[in-house]
Amino acid sequence: MTESQIRNDVRSFVIQNFMFGQGDRLQDSESFLESGLIDSTGVLELVGFLETTYAIKVADEDLVPANLDSVESVCRYVERKLQGASRRAG
Amino acid sequence: MQVEQFLENSAQQRPDKVAVVCGGQRLTFAQVDQAANRLANGLIAAGVRRGDRVAVYLENTIETVVGIFATLKAGGVFMVINPTTKADKLSFILNNSRAAALLTDVRRSPMLQTIAGRTPHTEFVVFTGPSDPGAALQGKRLLRYDELTAETTDFGKPLNRSIDIDLAALIYTSGSTGTPKGVMLTHLNIVAAATSITTYLENVADDVILDVLPLSFDYGLYQVLMAFKVGATIVLERSFAFPHAVLETVVSEGITGLPIVPTISAILLQLDLSKYDLSRLRYVTNTAAALPTAHILELRRRLPHARIYSMYGLTECKRVSYLPPDQIDVRPTSVGRGMPNEEVYLVDPDGQRLMHGVGELVIRGSNVMKGYWELPEETERVLRPGALPGERVLYSGDLFRMDEEGYLYFLGRKDDIIKTRGEKVSPREVENVLYEIAAVADAAVVGVPDPVLGQALKAVLTVKPGATLTERSVLSHCAERLENFMVPKIVEFRSSMPKTSSGKIDKKTLHETVTSAPLQG
Repeated sequence: MTESQIRNDVRSFVIQNFMFGQGDRLQDSESFLESGLIDSTGVLELVGFLETTYAIKVADEDLVPANLDSVESVCRYVERKLQGASRRAG
Repeated sequence: MQVEQFLENSAQQRPDKVAVVCGGQRLTFAQVDQAANRLANGLIAAGVRRGDRVAVYLENTIETVVGIFATLKAGGVFMVINPTTKADKLSFILNNSRAAALLTDVRRSPMLQTIAGRTPHTEFVVFTGPSDPGAALQGKRLLRYDELTAETTDFGKPLNRSIDIDLAALIYTSGSTGTPKGVMLTHLNIVAAATSITTYLENVADDVILDVLPLSFDYGLYQVLMAFKVGATIVLERSFAFPHAVLETVVSEGITGLPIVPTISAILLQLDLSKYDLSRLRYVTNTAAALPTAHILELRRRLPHARIYSMYGLTECKRVSYLPPDQIDVRPTSVGRGMPNEEVYLVDPDGQRLMHGVGELVIRGSNVMKGYWELPEETERVLRPGALPGERVLYSGDLFRMDEEGYLYFLGRKDDIIKTRGEKVSPREVENVLYEIAAVADAAVVGVPDPVLGQALKAVLTVKPGATLTERSVLSHCAERLENFMVPKIVEFRSSMPKTSSGKIDKKTLHETVTSAPLQG
């Protein structure tokens, strides 16, 4: 899974679910919280999406803005998780 | 007593105690008081006079708190506007209230460009944030929060001639006609409600209260007012979106009071709370919608040392009732009884007082609002003569059952107002927005039961012949025009709409036929 694939998946999930398809203005570095895009239930929906799409487990401790508050931070987080998983598997 | 004295008294008695924590910032009572004095002097110099309305359109930040108290110190009336409010509604509120000033974040400057020309009463805008607003706003003077509150400016307390029957706040809520209405609250109303609530919560200066609720919502606003009243510390968060981060704050700040709504308890209960040291948590309060009984039982099991307060309120009188924590295991579905210094009772359709049974809830007390801003007829409908000459009591429009011991159980609304996430939503306001969509023939918005939201908004639509419409495009349209809590959760398309003989949509029949699709989350 490449970094750009993850970015596309995450962007399209956010645009479809939180911007109702109108995502032209979404910047990858934009804070979901500050822009009012995602509220508390939205974060849980995002977590559900990441867990099913990438077969990762999002721990309670990971529910912080540094991991999940923008397209960019979500991508970095997913990559980290996937690398961790493949290291363990290898 | 006036509301700004909550801050002034605490600043005098506990100048060096931390008053507000927000992000990385910590301000003492003396610092908040000085900043509010400076901003108040700035507002007065810019032209704010006694009784003028000042709109505060910000997220939960220290500037929001300073803005509220600065407005009061200047003798003005504060209005905290939900930060998810869109341009058209903001413009309506500014014009309806004829707000003299607007305090907002500089990042909202592009949005304000679109309404500057049609909000003539609002003469100046105070911008928070690091950067310059850049482009001018038509017909408005622009001021910088940083400059008005800079330490070089004088922070003497401005002369203030307000008395306690003057207005302190306007809180806009959804009206049955589809246009928002401003709930007028005097200093006396707010002081009375804050006194009653802090009495039954037994708040003290050692309390540290977490506020994740928007200050535009009276439940979020009062956390700040009540903390300042008793000299406690308020910890502001923008939302509960990142629960681990918020719970870390609960631990690190030693939070003693946690006000929540059912959506937050649903998230809390998905986490392993035993990983966090919540031993200092003294109480959890819930209002907005009733907590599902399963949540109450789980919270009791996981936080056995914390008292759980189940409460019920209306913006028109702030809080109505609370269930004493020792009753939560006995009658978990009740929202309790009236607060200290307040009387609540039920009346039948003829206005006769009931000792128990089912009726409309009436509230009598100093916490009852003065009325709806410039809406005398709507005011008369809900504020009616009480027992004493000149007294007015509040007819809530809410149907309740009262058991033989006087405990209240919420049943529903008398009108078609929908209560979702504790906010009142007028179906008309949402329907008006739906009718803006060219393809919509008929639109009706109804509330369907939802375990967490209380009620969820459902839009039922018919489409004009030959036109097509998708759920996504409907929701997108709504999201661009309505606050987040007013955007329907479910959209149902039908081939025809039930109508009455006069051709109006038959909401009663519609209610009977709406079948709620299973909700996500």
